[in-house]
Amino acid sequence: MKKKVLIPAFASAALLVLAGCSSDGQSGDGLFIDVPDIPMAEELGEPEGQLDIVAWSGFVEPAWADQFTEDTGCVVNRRVAGTSDEMVTLMRTGEYDLVSASGDASLRLIAAGDVAPINLDLIPNFGDDIVEGMKGQIYDTINGQSYGVPIGRGANILQYNSDVVTETPESWSVVWETDSPYAGQITAYDAPIYIADAAVYLMYHEPELGITNPYALDQTQLDAAIDLLKQQNTIVAEYWADPVAQITSFLGGTTVVGTSWEVLRKFTEDTEKFQGVLPVEGSTGWSDAWMISSQSDSVNCAYLWMDYTSAADVNGQIAMNFGMAPANAAFCETSEEAAAHCEQFNATDEEYFDNVWYWTTPIEQCIDGRTDVQCTNFQQWTQAWLTVKG
Amino acid sequence: MTSTASAPTRSEPQAVPLHRPVSTALHRRPRLRLGALLALPLTWLVGLYIFSLALLLITAFWLVDPFTSLVRPGFTLDNFALLFSNPAYVSTSLRTLGIALAVTALSAVFAIPLGIFMAKIASPWMRAVLAVAITLPLWAGYLVKIVAMRITFTEEGFFNSVAGLIGGRGPGFGIPIVILTLTYLWFPYMALPVYTAIRQIPVNLFDASADLGAQGWTTIRTVVMPLLTPALIAGSVFTFSLSLGDYLAARFVGGPNSQMIGSIIASNINLNPPVAAAFSVVPIAFVVIYLLVTRRTGALERM
Repeated sequence: MKKKVLIPAFASAALLVLAGCSSDGQSGDGLFIDVPDIPMAEELGEPEGQLDIVAWSGFVEPAWADQFTEDTGCVVNRRVAGTSDEMVTLMRTGEYDLVSASGDASLRLIAAGDVAPINLDLIPNFGDDIVEGMKGQIYDTINGQSYGVPIGRGANILQYNSDVVTETPESWSVVWETDSPYAGQITAYDAPIYIADAAVYLMYHEPELGITNPYALDQTQLDAAIDLLKQQNTIVAEYWADPVAQITSFLGGTTVVGTSWEVLRKFTEDTEKFQGVLPVEGSTGWSDAWMISSQSDSVNCAYLWMDYTSAADVNGQIAMNFGMAPANAAFCETSEEAAAHCEQFNATDEEYFDNVWYWTTPIEQCIDGRTDVQCTNFQQWTQAWLTVKG
Repeated sequence: MTSTASAPTRSEPQAVPLHRPVSTALHRRPRLRLGALLALPLTWLVGLYIFSLALLLITAFWLVDPFTSLVRPGFTLDNFALLFSNPAYVSTSLRTLGIALAVTALSAVFAIPLGIFMAKIASPWMRAVLAVAITLPLWAGYLVKIVAMRITFTEEGFFNSVAGLIGGRGPGFGIPIVILTLTYLWFPYMALPVYTAIRQIPVNLFDASADLGAQGWTTIRTVVMPLLTPALIAGSVFTFSLSLGDYLAARFVGGPNSQMIGSIIASNINLNPPVAAAFSVVPIAFVVIYLLVTRRTGALERM
C-alpha cells in the first residue's frame, strides 16, 4: 500500500522538476537550434516607398495603414492569408517583406532562412510596455536572437451554448470523455496542431505520460494523444477549420460545446448565450509576430512598419480589430474602451497566459529540453491526425 | 459589250488573294494551317496541363525536410508506401470511391425520369423553365452552394424545421449529406446529356413499343435505356471524377467521419507536398480505371 502512495508522489515531484525545465525551454534559453546565419539590419536608411505584407485578415487595414503611408511614404500592399501554411508558402516566394507569423509558422520560417533576425534597437516602440509573456518566446527568439516583433496573442477557449450547457464547464473533459453529457454535440478544431490540445489535457490528467510541453511529444505520447482524439471522434458532431463553419455550427445548434477563439465568440453576436472559459487544464493558444523576409527589398519600410504598429495606439487598434490581446500593454491605459478590451482578452494577466501553450511547430528536437528521445515532427503529426478521422 | 465589261470584274476576285498573304500562305501549306489551328489548345494542354501534372507526379518521388518542410529533389518510394501503411489512407480512398459512385448513381436516378418528362411530356414552356432550373445552379458559386446545403441541414436549419412538422429529423452532417451535396453540385452534368439523348429518341419508337403491347416501364427498360447508355456514361464521367476530387463538401457538411481523398491532399499540400503528390495518383488511377471500363462498353466513341 505504501508503495502505491509513494510512486505518484515521486512522479509528481519529477513532474515539478520537469515543469521547471520546460519553462526554461519556453523562454528559449536552454535550447540551441541550428539556424542559417542571416545578417541583421544595422541601421535604417531612406524608406523605399513600397511594402508588401502577408498578414492575417484584420492586421493591415486602411484605418492605420493610410496614416503610415502618409508619415513614411511607404505604400502598403497587403496580402491576406488564411492559414499558417499559406503564409509560409507565400513568404518563400520572396515577394513579400513582412509576415504576421503565428508560432506554428515562425520556427519553419526561421529554420529555412526565410526570415532575418531583427535588430530591436531599430524599433524604439518595442520597449518595456511589451507584455512579459510575449518577450523571447521560443517561436520567435532562437539562440537568444530575436526574429519577431510581437503583435498580439489569444487563447483557444472552451465555448459553450449556455442555453444547453447551463453550468460553466471547468474542465475540457466535456469535449474529450465519451460519457460527456453533450456527446454528439461537440466541435473540435480540424488541423494537426489540435493534437496539442489533446496533449494539454493528457498533461493534466495523465501525468504518468510525462508530457511537459504539448509541442514536444515522443512517439508514445503522440500515440496517447491520438488515442484520445480517436475517442473524441466518436462524440464529435463536426470538426471546424473554417471560422464561418464554426460560427454557423454553434448558431445552428449542431454543436453546443467545443474549442473556439474569443473573436469567434464575438462574431456570434450573442455573447450572453455563447460563453467562453479557460478550463483548469489550461489550453493552447497563439501569439503572432511581425517577421521580416530575408529577401526583403524594402527593409527600411519594414522596420518603420514594425515600429509604427508596436506603438500603443496602433497595436491596440489591430488587437481590437482582430479580437486579441495586444502586445503593447500601454494601450490598455489609453481609454476606457481600451481598458475594457484588455480586461476581456486578459491582455496583462500573465497568470491567465501562463496556462496557455502558444502554437509552436513540433520538431524532432524536443523543445522541452529532453535529449534522450526524439520527438515527433509536424509531418508525423499530420499523418497521425489523418488517422483520427479515418 | 456586256461580256467584255464583266470580264475585268470577274478577274478582280482572283487578284484579291495577293492582298492576303497570311491566308495564301496558310492555303498553300496544310501543315502550317494545322499548326496554327492547334497551337493555342496544344500550348494549353501540353504546357500547362500535362507539364504541370508531370511535375506533380515527379514531386511524389522527392523528399521533404522535416523541419522546414522544404522539398528536396531525390528519389524515394516512401511517399507511395505511406499510401498503404497508413490505414487512414486506404479507408479514405475506399470511402471516396464509394461516395463518388453513390453520387453518380443518385444523379442518374434523378436524371432519367426528369429527362423523359422534359423531352417527351412537358409543354415547350415547361421544358424551358426546367432547362433553366437545371442550369441555373451552375451560375452560383461553388462554395455558396455548399454553404447553402450546410445551412439547410444544420440542426436548427430549414430541413429539420420542415421535417419536424411530421415528426422527422435530418441525418445530421455526415456521409449521406456529403453525397446529397455533391449530387446537387454535379447533377447538371448528368441531367443535360441525358435530356439531350432522350430528346433524340424518335417519338415513333415509343408508339411502336406501345403498339407491340409494351407497358411504360417495359418501354423504358428495353427501348430508352439502351439508347441512353452513352449519355449516362458521358454524364457519369463528370459526376464520378468531380466527386473524387472534392474536399470542401466533406469539410463543410461532412461531420466527423467523412474525410475524403481531397481532404488528405489538402492537409499535406503545404507541409509535405511529396505525400500530397503521391496521394493524388489515387484519384487519377480511379478515373483511368473507370474510363477503361467505360471504353470497353464502346460508349466513349459515341459520346
